[in-house]
Amino acid sequence: MTESVPPFKRVVIEPLTRVEGHGKVTLLLDQHDRVHQARLHIVEFRGFEKFIQGRPYWEVPVIVQRLCGICPVSHHLAAAKAMDQIVGAHHLTPTAEKLRRLMHYGQILQSHALHFFHLASPDLLFGFDADPARRNIVAVAAEHPEIARQGVLLRKFGQEVIRLTAGKRVHGTSAVPGGVNKNLSREERDFLLKDVYQIIAWSRDAVALARRLFEQDLARHERFAHFAAHTLNLIRADGGLDLYHGGLRARDRAGNTLFDHVEYSHYWEHLLEEVKPWSYMKFPYLRALGPEEGWYRVGPLTRITRCDFIPTPFADHARRDFLDFDDGRAREATLATHWARMIEMLHAAETIKELLHDEALQGTDLLVQGEHQEMGVGMLEAPRGTLIHHYQVNEDDLVEHANLIVSTTHNNQAMNVAIRDVARTYLDGHTLTEGLLNHIEVAIRAFDPCLSCATHAVGKMPLKVELIDANGITVAEHRSHMCA
Amino acid sequence: MKLRLATTSLAGCFGCHMSLLDIDERLFALLDKVAFDRTPLTDIKHCGPCDIGLVEGGVCNAENIAVLREFRKQCTVLVALGACAVTGGLPAQRNHLDLGACLSEVYLTDPGTPHGLIPNDPELPLPLDQVHPLHEVVRVDYFLPGCPPSAEAIWSFLQDLIAGREPASLPGLIRYD
Repeated sequence: MTESVPPFKRVVIEPLTRVEGHGKVTLLLDQHDRVHQARLHIVEFRGFEKFIQGRPYWEVPVIVQRLCGICPVSHHLAAAKAMDQIVGAHHLTPTAEKLRRLMHYGQILQSHALHFFHLASPDLLFGFDADPARRNIVAVAAEHPEIARQGVLLRKFGQEVIRLTAGKRVHGTSAVPGGVNKNLSREERDFLLKDVYQIIAWSRDAVALARRLFEQDLARHERFAHFAAHTLNLIRADGGLDLYHGGLRARDRAGNTLFDHVEYSHYWEHLLEEVKPWSYMKFPYLRALGPEEGWYRVGPLTRITRCDFIPTPFADHARRDFLDFDDGRAREATLATHWARMIEMLHAAETIKELLHDEALQGTDLLVQGEHQEMGVGMLEAPRGTLIHHYQVNEDDLVEHANLIVSTTHNNQAMNVAIRDVARTYLDGHTLTEGLLNHIEVAIRAFDPCLSCATHAVGKMPLKVELIDANGITVAEHRSHMCA
Repeated sequence: MKLRLATTSLAGCFGCHMSLLDIDERLFALLDKVAFDRTPLTDIKHCGPCDIGLVEGGVCNAENIAVLREFRKQCTVLVALGACAVTGGLPAQRNHLDLGACLSEVYLTDPGTPHGLIPNDPELPLPLDQVHPLHEVVRVDYFLPGCPPSAEAIWSFLQDLIAGREPASLPGLIRYD
């Protein structure tokens, strides 16, 4: 229970604005206005994975993307990857694999652009305690029209990549179990190619802008919610950044490897979750370290600092610049996440360009199938971090159980650590003003949380425990359910 | 004098808001005609008197009801934007399930969370046993279906409202996915 009895004074920030989804922050202050407690609450409970139980497996990629209208492609593709396993499609055709990648990188581009320009840039351009009437994209459009215009057009391009690969800008339909149901025509390719070089140029400008905004208020940006965290991300076999597929990499606060290139189909051997009474969003942790010590950070800051290289030239150059900046002090600065996010946006733009030049996108071999199996796990790096979809399908092809751990849920504890740090550093002992309270939201916004995704996550998967005696005879069997 | 426009998402996915932003650079033309009040894009936490309110998502908890009533009270024209606002949408698929059992299964008896409990802090708004479309809670002036309604449909609809015209039936723009 929240301790809201005297002598504590309760302050609430609700609704959180310029974030996606529903959340609120509560602060408890003592009689000297010192922060006793700061919490980010996720206040909604829905039943997505529960009500897909009993639906045919092939419906799942189009149903579950409705978890989130900002990153529907993440859920569409993570579910499709899980369903590939269900239909025994262990290797997609090059055309299908590359079309999905193109769709995914289109989404990374549009989501990152939306977050940086439409949601976060007002804090960075005008100041955390600027007039709240000015802290929005409308004022950015009035005072920095070229920045606002490029933000809108970057997002538009990403949405157009999605439309031409998925069929619709929001909640498309093209990823299906075993592949895709359309390719990219030459006309569609040429339509995207005519703008992609401008998009790369603007993405480079965006990296420079994010760097400049970080640098111009350096002391505060480095200090603000600066903390070391364990990290989790997917990584390509050669150590390169890959947002569509890879093995699991976990590192501790000092950067030492906890595990690496772990095949993700048995993720629960490495991750568990905890519940707290004050939030519907669970708190995942690294199993080996336990619930107190095992929390970690996912997303752009983790991916940029934990990959060995980025396989596109401009973005990799930007990554090295980021790592070297001020003797590496940006690597653990929460506000440097914006900069890291723009480096990823540049990588997405470069990757889209490379894919558009690949003739495999005009191929017609779209689907594969193999021997059906009952369980499928799909994972990818969504804009906000590692995303896990896990399904069990019965012999009638109906979903029996589902478990989702979404990106924002992985960052639950990290966001709470960030707001506690900001509350103690900037609010402690001060008379609270609107501008000071916005500091808390600035810390949350850096994670670009998708609270909508987080609130939908409800599901279960079966866990079967067998007690086997020394002779290999089953002496007891217990079945229960594990939920998201 | 610009018209004031407020938007919010209740039990929705923000996809309708994304479709609104999918008017792309026409956003700047829209901003010549309207001023944003409470929306997820501004830091206005509570809705002032507005000409138009766009509400995405159905009603799934006590907080949604409070926000919806605030919008109804403050907005001259209230619009149910998208499938969830119009019908409850996909989240209403939980309506045939028992909420208590669902909560218990997710938070209490789940081996993936070894120390289970059902979140019950007073800071959490009470979930409703059913997800409702907006018109079961307040009067709604216009319904714009689709998951999400297309940017073209939203743009055409807003153009009519801003010009003071009765919105056309939008042939070819309305979809029901």
